Amino acid sequence: MADMISPAVSGGLDIRARYMALAQRKRMYSGLTLIVFLALMASGFVIANDRNAGGFWEGLPNIFAFPAQVVSEAGEKAALLPGHLVAFLPALLETINIAAVSTLLGGVLGLVLSLLSTRGLARFPRLIPLFRRIMDVMRAIPEIVIALVLIFVMGGGPVPAMIAIAFHTAGALGKLFSEVNENADLKPVEGLQSVGASWAQRMMLGIIPQVAPNYISYALLRFEINIRASAILGFVGAGGIGYELKNAMSWGQGKFDEAAAIFILLFGAIVFFDQISSHYRNRLTGGAHDV
Amino acid sequence: MMSDTAFYKAQAEALFSRKRMMAAGLPLLVLFYLGYIFFAFDLPGLMERARMDNARALVADSYSYKTHVTRDNATHDVTIAIEGERKGTYAKGTAPGWVTFDGEITRIDLGRGHIVTYTPETIFYDMPGFGLIEATPTRDGGVVTNLEGDLPDWINKSKNRLAITTEAGRLTVTRNRTEVFRYAMGWELFFFTLDSPYHGHGPGEILFGSRIDPARSNLQGAWHDFWSNSMWRHGDVAWAIFETILMAFLGTMGAALVALPMAFLAARNFTPVMTVRFAIRRVFDFVRGVDALIWTIVLARAFGPGPLTGALAILLTDSGSFGKMFSEALENVDQKQIEGVQSTGAPVVARYRFGVIPQITPVLLSQVLYFLESNTRSATIIGAITGGGIGLLLTQAIITQKDWEEVTYYIVLIILMVMLMDWFSGILRRRLIKGEGS
Repeated sequence: MADMISPAVSGGLDIRARYMALAQRKRMYSGLTLIVFLALMASGFVIANDRNAGGFWEGLPNIFAFPAQVVSEAGEKAALLPGHLVAFLPALLETINIAAVSTLLGGVLGLVLSLLSTRGLARFPRLIPLFRRIMDVMRAIPEIVIALVLIFVMGGGPVPAMIAIAFHTAGALGKLFSEVNENADLKPVEGLQSVGASWAQRMMLGIIPQVAPNYISYALLRFEINIRASAILGFVGAGGIGYELKNAMSWGQGKFDEAAAIFILLFGAIVFFDQISSHYRNRLTGGAHDV
Repeated sequence: MMSDTAFYKAQAEALFSRKRMMAAGLPLLVLFYLGYIFFAFDLPGLMERARMDNARALVADSYSYKTHVTRDNATHDVTIAIEGERKGTYAKGTAPGWVTFDGEITRIDLGRGHIVTYTPETIFYDMPGFGLIEATPTRDGGVVTNLEGDLPDWINKSKNRLAITTEAGRLTVTRNRTEVFRYAMGWELFFFTLDSPYHGHGPGEILFGSRIDPARSNLQGAWHDFWSNSMWRHGDVAWAIFETILMAFLGTMGAALVALPMAFLAARNFTPVMTVRFAIRRVFDFVRGVDALIWTIVLARAFGPGPLTGALAILLTDSGSFGKMFSEALENVDQKQIEGVQSTGAPVVARYRFGVIPQITPVLLSQVLYFLESNTRSATIIGAITGGGIGLLLTQAIITQKDWEEVTYYIVLIILMVMLMDWFSGILRRRLIKGEGS
C-alpha cells in the first residue's frame, strides 16, 4: 500500500510544484509588463514635460487661474450674458448643421461602401479588398488635414469642415456598417434574387430593413462625435462656434464674457445631443419591447 | 366575425399607409434639409469664391517642383535656386546639367527643344513651332520685344513685363529681372540638400562606393546629412510624429488609470451610496461634455503650448468616457465569481483582484486600445491647436501656402502613423484578450 501511495503523492506534489512555478512565472511576466508600462508612462511624461513650453509642476497651481478669470469676468458682466448667448446661437446652429450634414452624407457614402465591401453582398466580389482599403484610408485621415487644405482652396466657411468630416465619417461608418451587414440574414436577398431583383433592389429591400436600426444607432453616435469635431474645425477657421471662440480668445481679456457664453453653449449642446442620442440608441438596440 | 376582419383590415391599411407616408416623407424631409443647407452654407457663393488656381498650384506642387534661374538685369548675376529658396540655391559656379555658362551668356535648356538664352543685352527664347522670341529690358523703355499683333493667350505682354508660359516652363522678363522656371517631377532635395557632398549620389554608391566625404564614413555621413536636411527636416518631423503618438499614449493610458478607481465608485454594485455614485457620474459627464477643444484652450493657458498640454487634454476628456464605459462594464460583472473567491475567505482586495479584474480586463483593454488609435488622430488635431507634434508642422506648412510638397509629405506620414497605430492596437487587442482567456 505504501508503495502504491508514494508515487501518487509525489505526483501530486509534482503537479503542485509545477502549478506554483507556472503561477510564479505568470506573475513575473505580469509584473514585468507592469514595470515596463510604468517606465514608459514615466519617461513619456518626462519627455512631454521637457518639450512643453511650461512645465507641469509650474503650471499646476495656475490651472484654475484662467477659468477663474473667465468666470469672474462673466460674473461682472452677467447682464450681458443672455445677449451673448442669443448672439452666438446662429454660430452654434452652424456647427450643429455641419455635423448633421456630414453625418448624413458620410452615412450614405459609408452605406454604399459597406455594401460593396461585405462578403456575400458585394456587387463586385473581387473588389472587396480595394473598397476595404479605401475605407481604411478614409478613416485614417484626420479631419483637420482635409479641412485645412480645402480652406486654402475654398476660403473659410462651413463647407470645408463639412466635406472633411463627411469624408472621415464615411470611412468610420462604412467599417461599422459592414460589421453589421455580416450578421444580416441572406435569405431575403436570395428570395429577391429569385424573382429577378437587381443588386440595388436586393440591397434596398432585403438588407436595409434588417440593419437599419443598427445603422441609425451608429449614425447617432457618430453625430455626437461630429459635433465635437466640427467645433474643433471651427477653431482652425472653418466657421461655426469654434471660429467665434477663437476670435473671443484672441481678443484676450475683456472678451472673456463672450468666451464664457460660448463655453456654455458648446457644453450645453454637447450634453444635450449626447443625452438625446443615447436615449434613442438605447431604444433602437435595447430590444423591441419599448419601441 | 365579419366586423373583426374589417377591423383588422382597417388597422393593417392604416399601418400600410403610415409606412408609405414614412417612405415618401423621410427622403422628402432629407431633401428639404439639404436644400436649406444649400443656402445656409452659401454654396452658390462658394463657387465664385473658390480659388481654382490655388487648387491647381497645390496639386502641381505636391508632385513636382520648379527650379528658378534668375538674372539681375543690372549686374547680370545669375542665381539658380530650387523653388527659389535660399536653402536650395546652387553654389556660385555650379549648375544643373541643363544650364550652361559661356562667359556672359547663359544657356538654359528647358527640354522638348525649348531653349532660353540670356545675353547681356537681349533674352532669346527659341520655341519649336513658334519661332525665336526676343526681349530686351531697357532702362526707360520697358521691355522691348519682337512680338507684334495678336498674341496667343500663353503670352502675357505689357509695357514693363513679358511672361511666357509653355508646357516646358515659364519665362518672365521685367525691367530689373529675368527669370525662368523649369519644372521637374518629384520632391526636390528630399534626401540631401545641395550643400551636402552626398547630393547626386545613388544609394549603391553611398553604400558600396568609395568614401565621398573624407572626414566621415559614407553611411554615417549620409545618415547625418539626411536626418538634418534643412529643407525637409526629417529629424524634426520624426520628433513631431513621436510627440503626437506620445500625446495619444500618455493621454489614453493616463485616462484609463484615473478612470478605473473612479469607475468602481460609479458602479451600482460596488458603491451602494447613491449620492457618491451620482456625484462621480456627473463628474464623468462634465469632463466629457466640456470636450477636448475647451480643455485644450484652458490647459494651454496654464501649461503653455506643447505635447504635455495635449496629453492632459486627452486625459481629461477620455477619463470621462472611460469612467462611463468602465462603470457600465463593472455593473455587468458576474457576481458568482466574486462570491466564489469570497467563499475561500479572501479579503476584499483579493476579491477584486481575482473576482472582478479578470472579468473586465478584456473589455477594458479593447476599449483602451481602440481609443489609443482614435486619439492618435485627435492628438494631430489638438497639436494643431495647442502647438505640438505633427499637427503644428502641418498647419505651419499650410500657412506658408507654398510648401505643398511638404504638406503632402506630412499628410502621407500622418496617414501611415494612424494606420500603424490602428494595426498595432489591433494586434495587441487580439493577443492580450486571447491571452487573458487562456
